Amino acid sequence: MDNGVTVLIGTTKGAFVGRAPSEGEEVTIDGPLLGGEEVYAMALDQRADPPRLLAGTLSWHWGPAIRWSDDLGATWVDPPEGAIAFPPDTDTSLERIWQLVPAGADQPGVVYAGAEPASLFRSDDGGETYQLVRGLWDHPHRPDWQPGGGGLCLHTVVLDDTDPAAMWIAVSAAGVYRTTDGGDTWEAANGGIRVPFAPEGDEPPEFGQCVHKMDRHPDRPDRLYLQHHWGTYRSDDRGTTWVSTGEAIPADPPPIGSEPRPFGFPIVVHPHDPDTVFVIPLASDAQRWTVDGRCRVYRSRDAGDTWEALEQGLPQQDAYLTVLRDAFCADPLDVPGLWFGTRTGELFASRDTGEHWSCVARHLPPITCVRAYAT
Amino acid sequence: MRVDLRLNPGLAELAGHHPRLTVEVPDGASVDDLLAVVASDHPALARRVRDEQGRIRRHVNVFVGTDNIRDLDGPATVLANGVEVAILPAVSGG
Repeated sequence: MDNGVTVLIGTTKGAFVGRAPSEGEEVTIDGPLLGGEEVYAMALDQRADPPRLLAGTLSWHWGPAIRWSDDLGATWVDPPEGAIAFPPDTDTSLERIWQLVPAGADQPGVVYAGAEPASLFRSDDGGETYQLVRGLWDHPHRPDWQPGGGGLCLHTVVLDDTDPAAMWIAVSAAGVYRTTDGGDTWEAANGGIRVPFAPEGDEPPEFGQCVHKMDRHPDRPDRLYLQHHWGTYRSDDRGTTWVSTGEAIPADPPPIGSEPRPFGFPIVVHPHDPDTVFVIPLASDAQRWTVDGRCRVYRSRDAGDTWEALEQGLPQQDAYLTVLRDAFCADPLDVPGLWFGTRTGELFASRDTGEHWSCVARHLPPITCVRAYAT
Repeated sequence: MRVDLRLNPGLAELAGHHPRLTVEVPDGASVDDLLAVVASDHPALARRVRDEQGRIRRHVNVFVGTDNIRDLDGPATVLANGVEVAILPAVSGG
């Protein structure tokens, strides 16, 4: 550990690894790694010694894979039979890996993979082989799940630090599901999340929400935050009920529905403060670029009740940027850094948790995921 | 019978850097049969050509002689002794 930060950057044409000292704006970028492969999911499993770099890759010709590197990307392992595949009886073919999440230190070797078509896989050997989580695959709702614009993808896995048998997943456009028995059984957890893009009736439907991203802080185990296709929400009861939190975030008038709600993809909780949360609003929902051509991160310090714009150092004119759901994250330093990448290949960083920003890399391929670790 | 399998450089790397393989298959074998034999000898190569359900990937073209199997009987296309089968990536992407 040199008290610096390692930043994993997945793109549509390969991956890059950024390294930054504990303070300051200096960031070096190594790569490209896995050139030509789409990399939608990356993770650094720091339980392993040496730390294991995991990457979900997709070659448009040769298909998807999960690869790993035990030397930070210098060499990669892609086993001949592949690390992950649907069982024969599903008659389903894997299309893309959207999420890789190592479990806690109390579950050595356990890694979860979210995939397309929407499915959850679990590895018990550090990410070298994966098995389909049947409880979710066999859920009676699944045949009725509909894809979002990115496909029918399971893009978010949120683990419960206090209970290894509990977790939440999110699917576009099916919504949030939770388990309390290690994945054997699941229930929809979308109470109160409106779906103006579908007939709602008197109440929002049990499922069908287009949840874009969800996050949680371990110090508030019952609280979840999410960015929906249509607004931001908070739950204080583990997802049973959700309340809208995004009225103060800028949004374009909605093409459908009754009131504007902020569109966006990622949502990030401050690593040391469960009341502080960040989003990057986008004009909804056809343009999907930063509102008014201004790149702004919005911060709430009261769990979503009020929001303020953070823009110092970010482009404020003619900036039509898109930040995808996994392309925004916080590092875990005492004063956390915030990192996000754009579809136009820029990597922005704030080393003081959003007060000041700088563009630390540009001209990369479209950025699909960003993950930052203390190393 | 024997089939001459021609591979593009990326696939050849997964077959011991051999751009051509001579594959023994039963008389009357189909393209599917050929790929099953290849899978047993070169699983890394086969996984790139067919997905886990045995379906040829969307952006992979298989030619028997000069004919794309899409214009023949697809994976069920029957092979003749000595024929050349080429596996090539489609000109797709962006």
